[in-house]
Amino acid sequence: MAQHKVNYTQDGGLPIALTSMDKLVNWGRSNSLWAMTYGLACCGIEMMAAGASRYDFDRFGTIFRASPRQSDVMIVAGTLTKKHAEFIKRLYDQMTEPRWVISMGSCANTGGMFNTYATVQGVDRIIPVDLYLPGCAPRPETLQYGVMLLQKKIRANKASRAQKPKRLM
Amino acid sequence: MRAYTPKDNVQKKAYYTDRFYVSPQVPKQKPESDEVFNADLEAIKAKFEVLDAYIQVEQLVVFINPSDIYGVLELMRDDLEYTQLSEMSAVDFLAQRGGFEIFYQMLSMNKRKRIRVKMFIKDGEAVDSVEKLYRSADWAEREMFDMFGIEANNHPFMKRILMPYDWQGNPLLKTYPLQGDEFAAWYEVDKIYGKEAREEIGPEIRDTATVDRYDSERFSRLGFEVPKGTEITGEEPKNEENYQEDGGVFLIKKFDKATSTVVDDPQR
Repeated sequence: MAQHKVNYTQDGGLPIALTSMDKLVNWGRSNSLWAMTYGLACCGIEMMAAGASRYDFDRFGTIFRASPRQSDVMIVAGTLTKKHAEFIKRLYDQMTEPRWVISMGSCANTGGMFNTYATVQGVDRIIPVDLYLPGCAPRPETLQYGVMLLQKKIRANKASRAQKPKRLM
Repeated sequence: MRAYTPKDNVQKKAYYTDRFYVSPQVPKQKPESDEVFNADLEAIKAKFEVLDAYIQVEQLVVFINPSDIYGVLELMRDDLEYTQLSEMSAVDFLAQRGGFEIFYQMLSMNKRKRIRVKMFIKDGEAVDSVEKLYRSADWAEREMFDMFGIEANNHPFMKRILMPYDWQGNPLLKTYPLQGDEFAAWYEVDKIYGKEAREEIGPEIRDTATVDRYDSERFSRLGFEVPKGTEITGEEPKNEENYQEDGGVFLIKKFDKATSTVVDDPQR
């Protein structure tokens, strides 16, 4: 028998934590949200600022990746043109599930001020979107708050494999 | 909030009485008033037919026949020191004159002068490419083809430059609607999901200013969020700004506003 006595009701049960698989998996998912570098326009500058030292995304576990295969969340930051629409779909399909999409800024949400023939009127016409951030461009704080809301959303969902993958149609 | 009035009829009313109002032109001078330009013009006139020439805003404008363009630009580059083609494109005059005006903006660094060579082509005609003379004409002619549908003969790569290759229509024509024709409206849906997906995805929502605070399916009022689909009466309680769940998050320290420091000095 071990000589030490562990009081599991104190200090949150440390050194042993009792939890459910859902919570553990969601904890892992929500705190290592690797974001895909998807700066399409000026919102991309704000996204870079959010990732840089002043706002520091890394402390949320959000690290920008240059490959869709390594990323969990796609932050669509900027104007999506119709010419580019097929590529965003292709990159989204390359991301492994579970995957999330943040539509950042007016242009990605609705086409914004580009009410023209060449702009996709909302990125949700191409891929399913989890979170819409208003603003032109949204401040880095908005994006940070958005990522925290997305973390909340992930924690609220079941983590099981039976979870239905998101499809636009 | 202002009362909503349908603006459909307002849109129909013409804003200007004459849609293609021609503004008064800035005064033109004779080419003889500038001796450098005059000498250039005489050199062009010696070999090619010049339809019209004048100086406007300190630039010489020369109208020539479309068949002469390669020769004129070759002469200007080799003999007259106009070493740069800053820009070339077309102007849509289909409604007024049934064709396009093509302009070539030339720059001489040695003379510190600019000449604009212009020519008029009928609808459906092609121009001669000057890409062999000026490399800058490569993309400019492709853009002209993209935006107006004017082809350039002898161009090495006569394809669209900005719009996708499978695009239909020429967006800079005055007859092209700003918000796109039917092909443009469904382009991305047709290409990615196929025509049969049109009904499911639906038409583009062009009125991006539409906000309905009583529609909890598509909107959520900041600070007064309710679950999706809830009927909104206006009596919703205020939600406190909440970064984490009330019970705290597994393995993560609970954020406490009271013990935190708010940094409000940007120069800290």
